[in-house]
Amino acid sequence: MLKILKYSFFDLMRSRWSYVYFAFYLLLGIILLFLNNDLSKAVITLMNVIIVLVPLIGTIFGVMYYYNSKEFTELLLAQPLKRSSIFLGQYLGVALSLSMSLILGLGIPFVLYGLFKSDAIWDFSLLLITGTFLTLIFTALAFNIALSNENKIKGFGYAILLWLFLAIIYDGIFLMTLIMFDDYPLDKLSLVGTMLNPIDLSRTLILLKLDISALLGYTGAVFKQFFGTSFGLIVSFIMLTVWVILPVLRIVFKSKKKDF
Amino acid sequence: MKNLIIFLSAILMANTTVSQTIEVCNSCPISTIKKAIIQAKDFDTIVIKKGTYKEHNILIDKPLVLIGDSYPVIDGELKGEVITITSDNVTVDGLFVINVGTSYTEDYAAIRVRKSKNFVIQNVVLEKLFFGIYIEKSSYGKVYHNKIIGDAVEEYNSGNGIQLWYSNHIEIEHNYVEHVRDGIYLEFSDDCIIKNNVSAENLRYGLHFMFSNNDLYQDNIFENNGAGVAVMFSKKIKMLNNTFRENWGTASYGMLLKEINDAEIIGNTFEENTIGINIEGSNRITYKHNNFKNNGWAIKVRGACYTNHFLENNFLYNSFDIAYNSKVNDNVFDRNYWSNYTGYDLDKNGIGDVPYRPVKLFSYIVNRTPETIILLRSMFIDIIDFSEKISPVFTPDNLLDNNPLIKKISW
Repeated sequence: MLKILKYSFFDLMRSRWSYVYFAFYLLLGIILLFLNNDLSKAVITLMNVIIVLVPLIGTIFGVMYYYNSKEFTELLLAQPLKRSSIFLGQYLGVALSLSMSLILGLGIPFVLYGLFKSDAIWDFSLLLITGTFLTLIFTALAFNIALSNENKIKGFGYAILLWLFLAIIYDGIFLMTLIMFDDYPLDKLSLVGTMLNPIDLSRTLILLKLDISALLGYTGAVFKQFFGTSFGLIVSFIMLTVWVILPVLRIVFKSKKKDF
Repeated sequence: MKNLIIFLSAILMANTTVSQTIEVCNSCPISTIKKAIIQAKDFDTIVIKKGTYKEHNILIDKPLVLIGDSYPVIDGELKGEVITITSDNVTVDGLFVINVGTSYTEDYAAIRVRKSKNFVIQNVVLEKLFFGIYIEKSSYGKVYHNKIIGDAVEEYNSGNGIQLWYSNHIEIEHNYVEHVRDGIYLEFSDDCIIKNNVSAENLRYGLHFMFSNNDLYQDNIFENNGAGVAVMFSKKIKMLNNTFRENWGTASYGMLLKEINDAEIIGNTFEENTIGINIEGSNRITYKHNNFKNNGWAIKVRGACYTNHFLENNFLYNSFDIAYNSKVNDNVFDRNYWSNYTGYDLDKNGIGDVPYRPVKLFSYIVNRTPETIILLRSMFIDIIDFSEKISPVFTPDNLLDNNPLIKKISW
């Protein structure tokens, strides 16, 4: 598996897209810092960007890589190799190279700007951790979609749809549900609803940092326990890990059964 | 006339020279404060030496000066009130009062001033108290440099740090109050000045006004209280250059205004409160040069608020700038800086060319269904906010800042 991981990773490192992605974040970081002159404000803006963009790029990149390297995969399958290690190796190669572009692209300008001397370092670390988790999750989801769809166009369509659903439509439905059932106690429902969507989950992590004063304005013991203590942070991270593990397990499972 | 002045001043001089100093210490002939007060004549000075004095119900009924020498401890042994002042012209300086009795029928205080004029209470440290300094029906007093540290846990069985009741012209300066019910409480007290105090970690309010008019409070810091300052049923109060910080919780405000008219709120800083200012039934108030930073809601307008002016304030990175629960707006917002403003300034006059709408649709939704707060900063919410901004349906359509500033104001 490690060999395949290494191969995919270096293959991607040589590809143009990784550089574009890296350059994009580098530019974003520099411009934000240039415009804001304020490290913590730039972190806030970046957080908003990351929870939308990272999933999008993760999904598209994952699907694209799978379809592009399909012939190579089939070649590998002919060798005496475990299927799970082939697909996991490829998955990790993509996910890690994307995460690296993200971490380096954003890290370099912030470090140059004096991150280590600033108190925004925790917010920034949280941002990078959240970004990495989102990359891992959405690349895994993309591999799932690609494995289930032979048709490239369909696969891309589903991938975009997935992103659109989780980033926007889900929240719309969520909001409507909350408004419709507002005669009932909703605090548990709203927290569960958040757990079920990795983008919302990352957003919650960010809210915990930025908007804690507003969140504590809501009367509700469950909310208070969740947001007022480190409980919320821990649960969110556990859920994010679960969100990585489940799709990865499905990749393993699906790839074992699939006919090529 | 001239003779009269000389005569009067002679009497005054005679008076001061006559006044004596009485020393109290554990090994002196006079070993209790009560005994000293009985022996003292008017305008005498009682110096209390270092030591512990287990006394309560000390009644000061003549104009005396009580001075503590390096903070003598007066231990009330939880039996009741410690010092009661009923005479005019009393000074209490440098005492350490502990263990005030708790009662559910009487408001025991560490130091009570009753129907007195021209009193001074300064450099006093109060601990383990019920009420701290309780001033009733008194006037022209000064409360300076005191430190009040309570251990209140529940609202119903705790008292206030400094309480004024029917007292006018009192100056309260440089005090530090923490862990009591209300840090400073004014009821029916007019023309008072409250300056440079720190009020923190109190159960209910840092500073609380009830039916008190023409008061001024400035340069105070209110931190981490149930709510910073509650101003209720009062007129013409000036609130200048105060700092309100980290008042977090479901019913927590930096400042709570209820039935307040003709007040001035200028130069204050509201930072990281759940609600910066909560306004209810308040009219003709000027809000100017305030900083609202990182609050949940900078300003929450609950209704029946008319002709208020919000001018030249900075609204920085609040989750919500303004929340409104009605569609009627009679308040003016002008020349504020809003960090959420996304307009442009083509003519470069420092004023945005597009008006800013501080009330978002989402704040309306959160008002209706509070649980939806969990969707804050979601992209879907940004989209509906955007559409509401273009054509307001749910939020008051005339509530806008026509001259939003492009740069943060400094003054």
